Amino acid sequence: MTSTDQTRFPAGGVSTPPAGHRPAGRPSSRRAETRRKWYEIVGLTTPAIVVYVMFVLVPMGFAVYYSLYRWRGVGPPTDYVGLRNYTLAFQDPIFLDALRNNAIIVFGSLLIQGPVALGIALLLNRRFRGRAVFRLLVFVPYVLAEVTVGIMWKLILVENGTFDALLKSLGLGGLVQAWLADLDVVIWTLLFVLTWKYVGFAIILLLAGLSNVPHELTEAAAIDGASWWQTQRHVTLPLLGPTIRIWAFLSMIGSLQVFDVIWVTSVPAVRSLGASGTMATYMVDNGFFARLWGYGNAVAVILFVISFVAALLFQRFILRRDIEGAITRRAN
Amino acid sequence: MATKRRAGAALALLMTSALVVAGCNSGGDDEASPQSELYKNPVTLTWWHNANQDGPGKTYWEKVAKDFSTAHPTVKIEIEAIETNQLQRTRIPAALLSNDPPDIFMTWGGGELRDQVEADYLKDITDQVKTEVANIGSAAEIWQVDGKQYGLPFRMGIEGIWYNKDMFAQAGITAPPATFEELNAAVTKLKAINVIPIAVGAGDKWPAAHWWYNFALRDCSVDTLKKATTDKVFDDPCFVKAGQDLKAFIDTKPFQNNFIATPGQNDPTSANGLLANGKAAMELMGDWNRGTLDTVATDKAKLAKFLGWFPVPAISGSAGDPKAALGGGDGFACAKNAPAECVEFLKYIASPEVQKGYAETGTGLPVAKGAEAGIKDPALKSILEATSQASYVQLWLDTAYGSTIGTAMNDGIVGIFSGKGTPEQVVERMKAAASK
Repeated sequence: MTSTDQTRFPAGGVSTPPAGHRPAGRPSSRRAETRRKWYEIVGLTTPAIVVYVMFVLVPMGFAVYYSLYRWRGVGPPTDYVGLRNYTLAFQDPIFLDALRNNAIIVFGSLLIQGPVALGIALLLNRRFRGRAVFRLLVFVPYVLAEVTVGIMWKLILVENGTFDALLKSLGLGGLVQAWLADLDVVIWTLLFVLTWKYVGFAIILLLAGLSNVPHELTEAAAIDGASWWQTQRHVTLPLLGPTIRIWAFLSMIGSLQVFDVIWVTSVPAVRSLGASGTMATYMVDNGFFARLWGYGNAVAVILFVISFVAALLFQRFILRRDIEGAITRRAN
Repeated sequence: MATKRRAGAALALLMTSALVVAGCNSGGDDEASPQSELYKNPVTLTWWHNANQDGPGKTYWEKVAKDFSTAHPTVKIEIEAIETNQLQRTRIPAALLSNDPPDIFMTWGGGELRDQVEADYLKDITDQVKTEVANIGSAAEIWQVDGKQYGLPFRMGIEGIWYNKDMFAQAGITAPPATFEELNAAVTKLKAINVIPIAVGAGDKWPAAHWWYNFALRDCSVDTLKKATTDKVFDDPCFVKAGQDLKAFIDTKPFQNNFIATPGQNDPTSANGLLANGKAAMELMGDWNRGTLDTVATDKAKLAKFLGWFPVPAISGSAGDPKAALGGGDGFACAKNAPAECVEFLKYIASPEVQKGYAETGTGLPVAKGAEAGIKDPALKSILEATSQASYVQLWLDTAYGSTIGTAMNDGIVGIFSGKGTPEQVVERMKAAASK
């Protein structure tokens, strides 16, 4: 609702008809109004709440329940084992490898995608010929389906494949690695593929943020004699803060839960050796393939708790400013 | 405006209730009809199989379903073809759990089947399929639990080494290796003509694991193997010996470079592709390989000309039976509450006539006697011959032990292939998984 609406109906509520149309101040009508408001709230939010409860909260409850059982997905779970599945997970070196791989992807994404996206966004924010085309190209990988990206890079990075041929033709044959087979290299290869895929998303977010930076400020800076670099550093970047923080939040949660690209690009053997698997792929490999359904659920719960705690900490310490701003404005 | 809003709210509520009702209203139309009612009432059978790739296998099952419906107009068959791993690991278990399984679906037998029977998911068909079981012979035992029949195979065969006859001739190998010493010699000769001696799709784990299974088959006595399948105890030193033999074999570098990331089948960069397109000389694989090699070959006629097959070589002086072989098959089972027509359809699939047609597709070896005439391919013929000569057929170890031990075992074996794991670790992992 826009501010003009609010000035026209100062009484406030969304469903309030213009003042003249009702006998004002009578308690019964106010109660009717409250009731109507509640109908509306219930009616409009119920579908979302039902979907949320049925497909998010209830499955989460089930996951916690199943995780306490030694259960192989046949018949109802009966063999209660308490927290055994959780201790087993933290004793499994392959799960700890998965945690390490997730950490590499979280920090790698933030540290590589962040600066790269910022640089490209700043460039694409300037006026030049073919800017629209560049913006489109940069965003294409993000639009492609994860599986498509995974298969594509798998074919490019295969031994003696396109990528190796490219390196050799550039005289960089010495850099050729077994990109997807070398157990020490594969996680970095996957980080590269993920960066390629998701950097476009960061760029689009930052471009949107940049378009909100008032022209007057950069103009004023220019009049004061600030160079382009100085303007970006002291005017644009601080104003881009909320956008960068939101992107970092989304990137972090996405990196913790990443599954598709890893699953498709990296073969089962390499995952099972701990070289490329993430918590999510470990969950599927153990839950479905090894048919340890109770154990798989325990891994799912661990993944949830880690993501949830990371999200809460991020909101508490980093996003707080942005959220408070939003709340204060609304309260006024 | 307020009225419009209220209407909107009402609509939203309505949609919500519709959603809830739809969610709660699950099946219940698959009531079993008594035997006498057979073909009286119209029934729909849902059939899940794994021939999801376009090809003769998929087309053939469509024809089988259509023929059955034509013969019995009350039966309608709805097919869903799903990729093997998805089908066996997620779709079928989830469907069984939700009490809304397909009527007839694929099963590998062994440990999985036992679990499903114990959970009361499958129809006991012992009395109805006596004729078929007699015709199939001992292979049908894989789909038995405690002497009762719960499924019938449609494909069954032993594994062996598929090889390129032209390359063998070029390398001066006169006869297919019968012992591992001869195999090692052949590997050396093949290296000399600059081809990959053996392709292995270790990336998918199981193609690599099958090498260990074969060493176990050679190192362990048949009794030990049988006991391990039932007791899930792996204390016999022969299981460690299998890993040591495998390690020694890997150390002779018979496989392609970076085999740890090579997929098994389905694309040109896979181990299948290496053999089919003349890059590698050998590959250890089951009887279905004839069909999968075809799908990745750029020149099918050339492939048909050079392709040969020989049994896994023996290890001289080992405890195992040199005539024993590893094998496995695919079967179908009926869900507990499937209509009686399901069993009739199962019998139809296992009939010599349908089996003969299946053999003609070249996608695998048939199980029913009387279907052999359908086999045209010389490589498949040699497998059939070797199967009939095998003194004992051990079911794939991962299928026999069930997915949990099977996965731990395969992961351990991949560890040996990667150079990071030890033979002892394979057995340790199997033991740990048995209690997981």
